Amino acid sequence: MDFWRNQLSGPTNPSVDAAWQDGEPRKGFFTDTSICIGCKACEVACKEWNAIPEDGLDLLSQSYDNTGALGASTWRHVAFVEQSSDRIEQARESGRRLVELGMPSLRSRETSDAVGAPGSSPLGSAAQANTSLAVADVPALPDMRWLMSSDVCKHCTHAACLDVCPTGSLFRSEFGTVVVQDDICNGCGYCVAACPFGVIERRQGDEGHERAKQSHGISIRGSSSVSTVDATTSSTQSVGSAHAANSGFANNGEVKNVGIAQKCTLCYDRLGDGQTPACAQACPTTSIKFGDLADMRAAAQDRVAQLHGQGFTEARLYGTDPNDGVGGTGSVFLLLDEPEVYGLPPDPRVTTADLPDMFRKAGYAALTMMAMAAASFVRRRP
Amino acid sequence: MTTNPFDADRPPERQGRRGGGRRRGGGSQAGHGGRRRTDESVMVPEVSFDSYYGRHIVKPAPWDKEVAAYLFLGGVAGGSALLAAGGAALNYPALRRVGRVGAVVGAALGGAALAKDLGRPSRALNMMRTVKLTSPMSVGTWILTAFGSFSGLALASELSGILLGGGSGSTPSSGGAVAVLSRALELADGPATVGSALFGAPLAAYTAVLLSDTATPTWHESYHELPLVFVSSANLASAGLALIAVPTSQNGPARKLAALSAVVELAAFEVMQHRMGPTLSEPLRTGKAGKLLRLSRALTVGGAVGAVTLGSNRVAAAVSGLSLMAASALTRFGVFDAGMVSAIDPKYTVEPQRERLERRRAAGAIHDSITTAR
Repeated sequence: MDFWRNQLSGPTNPSVDAAWQDGEPRKGFFTDTSICIGCKACEVACKEWNAIPEDGLDLLSQSYDNTGALGASTWRHVAFVEQSSDRIEQARESGRRLVELGMPSLRSRETSDAVGAPGSSPLGSAAQANTSLAVADVPALPDMRWLMSSDVCKHCTHAACLDVCPTGSLFRSEFGTVVVQDDICNGCGYCVAACPFGVIERRQGDEGHERAKQSHGISIRGSSSVSTVDATTSSTQSVGSAHAANSGFANNGEVKNVGIAQKCTLCYDRLGDGQTPACAQACPTTSIKFGDLADMRAAAQDRVAQLHGQGFTEARLYGTDPNDGVGGTGSVFLLLDEPEVYGLPPDPRVTTADLPDMFRKAGYAALTMMAMAAASFVRRRP
Repeated sequence: MTTNPFDADRPPERQGRRGGGRRRGGGSQAGHGGRRRTDESVMVPEVSFDSYYGRHIVKPAPWDKEVAAYLFLGGVAGGSALLAAGGAALNYPALRRVGRVGAVVGAALGGAALAKDLGRPSRALNMMRTVKLTSPMSVGTWILTAFGSFSGLALASELSGILLGGGSGSTPSSGGAVAVLSRALELADGPATVGSALFGAPLAAYTAVLLSDTATPTWHESYHELPLVFVSSANLASAGLALIAVPTSQNGPARKLAALSAVVELAAFEVMQHRMGPTLSEPLRTGKAGKLLRLSRALTVGGAVGAVTLGSNRVAAAVSGLSLMAASALTRFGVFDAGMVSAIDPKYTVEPQRERLERRRAAGAIHDSITTAR
């Protein structure tokens, strides 16, 4: 019964639930935004390795972020947020409240480190809730700061995209990650609407639907948009463009998988060969770490404890808790402000957690509909 | 990060946009902080909730009007199948015939609309690779398939009764394959009618789950009552179709169905909005969706009253039926648009989530948040 209860929400091991036998440890990222320098090497490495098409060279007038958001052709996205000192103070304060919210205080955290694994400490007791934060020296507030954070697919324990996929194109890999099979996806777009983080997206082009407001506000023109060049007017120019059309290099490079949902695969092809994903390998500051998810969570917990010890109470973790609305994420983050500042949802919940209730309500509605129809035939006139 | 002398060269101070600028975010101001930033050095305007440059967090479904049209067409089909079954059982031949045609045409057009909306229409049949209970779209695919098969069979039986003279004559005169076919369709008539009716109601109801099982805030949070709204709307549409196409001598059930469904739909919609709260129901009340839904309510009331009071007049019945069908279509398009609005504006994602998180924290729950301090 536990098995079934945890299929839609709660802590579980997704690759075991997906009936993988050979027991690869679950892989994941730990993105430590406190040491991200915003170089975007991860974005570039991801694009290069996965051969993702270019998706616009617009300037978005958003500080140094001209990528905008994760999407079909952006599987790593570096967010840039400029903050003034009072905003930093608020972040520090909200982090302090989070620490005091029944979480182990710094002092008890340090002692619990000596006693056992960080994850094994009990969920905050009332006594811990009241312990105040003991910080020796609070670091001075800078005048301003940049938040830089490399966002990526969360590879949720309970992945809504995977649950709602009607074709079985999305699947759970042996590494516990979620991957799209682009030869099966028919572009129904359900995963796009289901993802609570807004990660997966249908690649736009002629077969898809252009909608300027969506995601980047950037359109991709698929190779098929180029009309066939009239062979009779074979000037040098038209030969050149005919060549471009034929080889698929229409306007901005070859666009493959148009109309198909795309997202980070956690470099499934590299993982199968024992390699590190391209973004983690390219990261010059080790802000993006890759490894077994248990190690990543432990590293994240050590790091946030270290930062708290230095007085940076604004540091907090995102996605490490398997009891959250998506059962914990495969990509964990260390953030320096509230998640929504980075464009992350503050309390995501996998939509299929409510699915049994939805189907129940729909069942009642269907019965009501039949009853209404039956009632309307009562007392028929001859 | 430090400042240097060149930092003095700043653009002129911008006035913080209060009220109107709420949806432009950028992390320049805390949602819970009372203080307003006066520093002009940050380029983004103030907000009362945080977002990343006002960008949406969840992505809107990449669905076009075809999907909204399908919500309507599927409703017409499902409701018509029920009317056809009632008509077949209780001897309303015109109602039966119109219901069967409505069921098949609605399902066929709806299916075509769905296929057209795919990113890869050529792969539409991949929907039938698997049966997946966690995917309402997969469940719906099979409901639509079963419904289409039964309804098609029922319509074929109807047509054979007209064209081949089956149904009344138990001994077909022409003999051979045609007679066998005619006899087979006659035998299939009952099971096909029942099957079509049994899958008709799920066809009309599952589309609500289809919308609700997403991260789109207004769609998801409406999941308690949306199925009831949708099945009532389906009844209205199919009753409308019957009022248009069935002679007044046989439209009694359609008139009653219209009245009953109008009451249920209006009530369910009110309850739904109330349960969702002011923020999440805002997209249903404002903007284009609000306009569509208000018009829908007016047409529902007008059509239902017209059907009940003037339904014995052929022209008045047809006008009422048209108004009911339009009302149903507007309901679907309105709900569809409201969901899109709620996905695109990060307010509808952040504010309700932040509220429920704070509520849980206030109640002492500390173990179920995605943001943790350790």
